[in-house]
Amino acid sequence: MIYTEAGQFSIRYSHDRRIFRLRQDRIGITALLLFAFAAVPLLGNDYWFSAILIPLLVLSLAGLGLNLLTGYAGQLSLGSAAFMAVGAFATYNFQLRVPGLPLLASMALGGVMAAGVALLFGLPSLRIKGFYLLVSTLAAQFFVEWFFTKFGWFSNNSASGVISAPPLLILGHDFSNPVGRYLLTLAVVVVVTALARNLVKSELGRNWMAVRDMDTAAAVIGIPLLRTKLLAFAISGFILGVAGALWAFTYLGTVEPHGFDLARSFQILFIIIIGGMGSILGNFLGAAFIVLFPVLLSQLSGSLLSGVIDAGQLENLQKIIFGVLIIAFLIKEPDGLARLWQIARERARVWPLRY
Amino acid sequence: MKTIKQQFHRIATTLVGAALLSGAAHAANEQYFPLQSYRVGPYAAGGTGFFGGFIDYMQYINAKGGVNGVKLTWSECETEYVVEKGVECYERLKKGLNGAPAAATNPLSVGIAYATLDRSTADKLPLITINHGRTDSTDGSVFPYAFPLQLNPYSEVSAIVNYIAQKSGGLDKLKGKKIVTLFHGSPYGKETNPILELLAKKYGFELTLIEVPHPGNEQQSQWLNIRRLKPDWVILRGWGVMNPVALKTAQKTGFPADHIIGNIWSNSEDDAAPAGDAAKGYISITTHPSGTSFAVLQDIKKNVIDAGKGNLADPKRFGNVYYNLGVVNGILNVEAVRLAQEKFGKKPLTGEQVRWGFEHLNLDDKRLKELGALGLVQPLKLSCADHEGGGAVRFQQWDGQKWNVISDWVQADRKLLRPIIEESSHKYAKEKNITPRDCSKES
Repeated sequence: MIYTEAGQFSIRYSHDRRIFRLRQDRIGITALLLFAFAAVPLLGNDYWFSAILIPLLVLSLAGLGLNLLTGYAGQLSLGSAAFMAVGAFATYNFQLRVPGLPLLASMALGGVMAAGVALLFGLPSLRIKGFYLLVSTLAAQFFVEWFFTKFGWFSNNSASGVISAPPLLILGHDFSNPVGRYLLTLAVVVVVTALARNLVKSELGRNWMAVRDMDTAAAVIGIPLLRTKLLAFAISGFILGVAGALWAFTYLGTVEPHGFDLARSFQILFIIIIGGMGSILGNFLGAAFIVLFPVLLSQLSGSLLSGVIDAGQLENLQKIIFGVLIIAFLIKEPDGLARLWQIARERARVWPLRY
Repeated sequence: MKTIKQQFHRIATTLVGAALLSGAAHAANEQYFPLQSYRVGPYAAGGTGFFGGFIDYMQYINAKGGVNGVKLTWSECETEYVVEKGVECYERLKKGLNGAPAAATNPLSVGIAYATLDRSTADKLPLITINHGRTDSTDGSVFPYAFPLQLNPYSEVSAIVNYIAQKSGGLDKLKGKKIVTLFHGSPYGKETNPILELLAKKYGFELTLIEVPHPGNEQQSQWLNIRRLKPDWVILRGWGVMNPVALKTAQKTGFPADHIIGNIWSNSEDDAAPAGDAAKGYISITTHPSGTSFAVLQDIKKNVIDAGKGNLADPKRFGNVYYNLGVVNGILNVEAVRLAQEKFGKKPLTGEQVRWGFEHLNLDDKRLKELGALGLVQPLKLSCADHEGGGAVRFQQWDGQKWNVISDWVQADRKLLRPIIEESSHKYAKEKNITPRDCSKES
């Protein structure tokens, strides 16, 4: 009843093309953004900002990057962490070597670099598909990690190969404290997400989905495969690159090649599988699941079971519970968390009727 | 020994009594140690040993009445050696426990240490990276809260070269010697290469650097290369599986194990034992011998292990390299707290106050004897500018079953390294807009 669209008419084409067509959705999203920008900085503490919210936002963005490529355009990839690494290192080097370049511009340029690398490693997608493509993107993963370890120039010849992020100054304002880093991350994530949401509703987004569903058919109706696939790689690479820069600058404060290893790529892949392929919201839900659940389990077991079970076994137990939850959930709802939300939404729209 | 202990006990009880009587005692008269431990994952062997030793030492201190009556308390948070988990744990634990303030963090992971460096400085909480960490954080004027205690990576190679010189009969005899360094293909492995090159130039030995790509389970070509070069010594800068494979391949290619010197991450029982016979005679450095003969370990055994409270799941590991490192780390942390209490009062202290304690650590042979750790911990003296303190190692040899210490403390040439460290720390300070402290003005 609350969530019904009765009485809302599109009287202009522009109304039809709005990102959120339902008034309730628009109110909801505005309230959520207000809450995130205004209320959270007042309510949260250091722990929430530095350990929960920032990684949550960054991983959501990374998930979004991969989701455009895999969920929308149907190209499997295991190189996500590599593109993040390129973004992080490129941003660092732009900051270091181009004096006076604003931080946000460096991040955008870092994203562009990552887009370039992703484009390069996306070239095989024109010939190979599915799991074979997955393996060829795996090459990006190993190559990039090796590359940044091998050539010291990229880490400014730092002896240990680990570089630390410069102060986060934007227009003379220092964003280095936990709240500042949270707001900066949030702002970037919101802007990029809005762009992505628009993108998947555009012609390009529809082309991606056509290619995903059947690329021969897409080619037959005149969609240029080359351009569509490569754009998917480039745009996904750009978003992953920005996510990598945020991971390095606003979250950890350090950049090292090893931080972007294969495990990170898998983590991002799991985010979109659990969150929901081909969904924008799914990335946030998936990242929340991946980030929050282990922390919750560890906090719970720390307060409930500590002393009862050996500390090492307790850790393994948490892993088992987490794994079981993922399996159980994916059996129950193979389409991910976003699908659950969608079902709930459909139900709410006709409530109190059942159909 | 007994009288000292009894006296200590008496003093401790009196102090507790006095604190209670004066009514000034806090609700919780406890000092908290946040433990970013790792008990699962690929490095669990190191984590369980190190944190086991650390926790057992704190239990032992508590069994004897705490530090001047202040009990030690701790809680663990699993990091799996993963950086972001370590950060989460840091943020979760830094506030203390039940009103007991945190004294210092000891992540025992380079990655986590790097990621929490800025946070530690902002939160005024000492970051202890014993035997590892950022080399240039030795310069306490730029890194006020980071402490690479005992040994940083630069001191490590310098001490190895000094040992080789000792073996050959003096530094001047190094001229013309051939030394090969086999290093792990990672930032860690490469970190000391510039220092080795510098030393090679200074002393005139011939240095060949050979890289082993991660993880290092195939080293045939590298060792064939070494056989061709016929070096006098091979320095093994390995990690994990690379170490036993290096020893086995050396045996296959006919290079004697007693001319291979392992570095700080190639020196545990777990590095030598898997190589079996090939490891017999293998030499490595250590900042602390393994073994259970030290008085402090015997006391821990009596008060903690035999009381059934030991932290190790496998009691056979009592006294191994990782466990003893944990005990050494415990001694240094507790001594810093004890020292800071002398200045700030015998009560739970803030991280900033404990930092003062670390900066004024001064462990000479007399104090080490009192602690029952003579020969286990090297003499150590820290200051505002010097956050490393020792820079000495002992050498040990594997006899097929266990490590035997074969040398006294060998010092690194720290005077030579200091300018390089300062150059790097000043570069960091400039990048981060930090004004270094003036150490002449610190008390």
